[in-house]
Amino acid sequence: MTMTAPILSLRAVNKSFGPIDVLHDIDLQLRAGEVLCLLGDNGAGKSTVIRLLSGVHQPSSGSIEMDGKPVKFGSPREAADHGIATVHQFGGTFPLMSIGRSFFVGVEPTKGWGPFRVYDRNKANAIAVEAVQRLGITRITDGDRLVGGLSGGERQSLAIARAVHFGARVLILDEPTAALGVKQASHVLRIVNEAKRRGLAVIFITHQVMHAMAVGDHFAVLIRGSIAADFRKGEKTREEITDLMAGGASMATLEAEIDGYMDNHDGHAPRQI
Amino acid sequence: MTAESSRMSLGNLLRKPETGSFLGLAAVFIFFWIFGGSKFASPGGAAGWLNVAASLGIVAIPIGLLMIAGELDISIGSLIPAGSMTVAITSGYFELPIVLGIGAALGLGALVGFINGFLVVRTAVPSFIVTLGTLFAVAGLLLGLSVLITGTTSVSIKAGPEAKWLLGRFIGGVYQVTIFWWIAATLGFGFMLHFTRYGNWILAMGGDKVSARNAGIPTERMTILLFMCSGVAATFVGLCQAILYNSAQVAAGQSYIFNAIISVVVGGVLLTGGYGSVVGIVLGTMTFAIVNQGIYYTPFDANWASLIIGVLLLLAVLMNNTFRKMALSYAPKRKGP
Repeated sequence: MTMTAPILSLRAVNKSFGPIDVLHDIDLQLRAGEVLCLLGDNGAGKSTVIRLLSGVHQPSSGSIEMDGKPVKFGSPREAADHGIATVHQFGGTFPLMSIGRSFFVGVEPTKGWGPFRVYDRNKANAIAVEAVQRLGITRITDGDRLVGGLSGGERQSLAIARAVHFGARVLILDEPTAALGVKQASHVLRIVNEAKRRGLAVIFITHQVMHAMAVGDHFAVLIRGSIAADFRKGEKTREEITDLMAGGASMATLEAEIDGYMDNHDGHAPRQI
Repeated sequence: MTAESSRMSLGNLLRKPETGSFLGLAAVFIFFWIFGGSKFASPGGAAGWLNVAASLGIVAIPIGLLMIAGELDISIGSLIPAGSMTVAITSGYFELPIVLGIGAALGLGALVGFINGFLVVRTAVPSFIVTLGTLFAVAGLLLGLSVLITGTTSVSIKAGPEAKWLLGRFIGGVYQVTIFWWIAATLGFGFMLHFTRYGNWILAMGGDKVSARNAGIPTERMTILLFMCSGVAATFVGLCQAILYNSAQVAAGQSYIFNAIISVVVGGVLLTGGYGSVVGIVLGTMTFAIVNQGIYYTPFDANWASLIIGVLLLLAVLMNNTFRKMALSYAPKRKGP
């Protein structure tokens, strides 16, 4: 398989908070037009990886490279300037602002001159609605609607559309489907695929293996701060991935233990003494 | 769908934070019109509540902007008398030119506002606590310095005709000139909040400060500026009162704290920030002033005014919550397939 050069890579990155080591020797490569699924149980260090990439924290050692050159993100703003966009679980948007206004927060289009430069509501609304529709959410037609009135999936889609519109190269999605129902989640997964098709590098953080397998090209499983497995699409089955996430101690072993217990105790659960 | 037709739609009406407060104002106005009779509706009656609304409104608008940005400033309770006393001591007691007194008063407001904003930004202590601290600090400083300098807590000031004309006179014998300053503040701040990008920043800061900062908004600078606006507005109201009444007292402003917050909340601003409008704040201020003053035109005992205000506040919050829910859930019907 031919591989393009990675856009973003982590090389031997360690992160500790005081005496607590959170990440050990993380190596990850991210390529344009690829979805990297970062899997792991709660507390495995997924969020810390995101915070390093989005500039909230800085690595204790090791380096982050963009296009082969080492970079340092001192703040979320700097990471954003490098084209890294992070979308959080609830969309990271402003519930009581209109779609147009929240889409352009910080980069509002204006018209007029001097002290009378006014916010261009029609332009903002039109661009925001068009950007969301291009990603396939045709239900959004009115840029004056408040973001809080959108469904969870639509909010995620709006945030992703915003990242795509403002030229993000790397899209970090932090558990985008965790709070969503089946139908909404499939909406978001479709949009992740669309972002990938447009050549963005996507990091998709989740602990839902099904969602990961639906869109992922490349998978990394984090266990207690280390990368326990790094493999490509089709190299492992769903069961194998679930086992890995459960901490290596195979799910099958656990099942066998429970079955064995049930056999020995006539199918009763342990009696409380 | 054209922009013109969408501007007038039901959804846009619901989405305006002032829709609820407009209905509240209408209800209160009709109530006092019926019970207050012709005297309430007369020019003199209107002046009664408009004068109260003007002074309150000038501080309520910047307080409202702060609340939309997710902050609160209660130090205005001391800054209003501080503005009065500063201009009275500078230009009354020391007989320096009135311009210097006005400059000193406004400068004091800007300074205390800056301190408030700086402390809020740097310490991350809730702004209620920070400004509670400066409320007492300024009150103590004011009392101490006034007694130390003038030996009294009340200072008289004779402003010249220009200052009187501009800041402290009655137009037509009844309307305070501050009404025009209130209108100016409404236009200025309204333009800023609703038509410029800075307004969008304020709304975003109140909605989610971390996201706003990550989107590149200079949240710290904006916070400090907003606190300076409320500080300057408070000392401005104070100095206008001193020039109007030819005297200043140390203790004359604590009631503004709650009255401004009531006006802002009745005006549809969300207490936790991120939602509100200047028009709403103005309507809320008028509602408050009508209840506060209108009671004197009715046969009821004025002692009942606070009861009405309390009930009104609760009703307004409930109504605004309802409207906000409707605004959130309102979506245009799908057209076509």
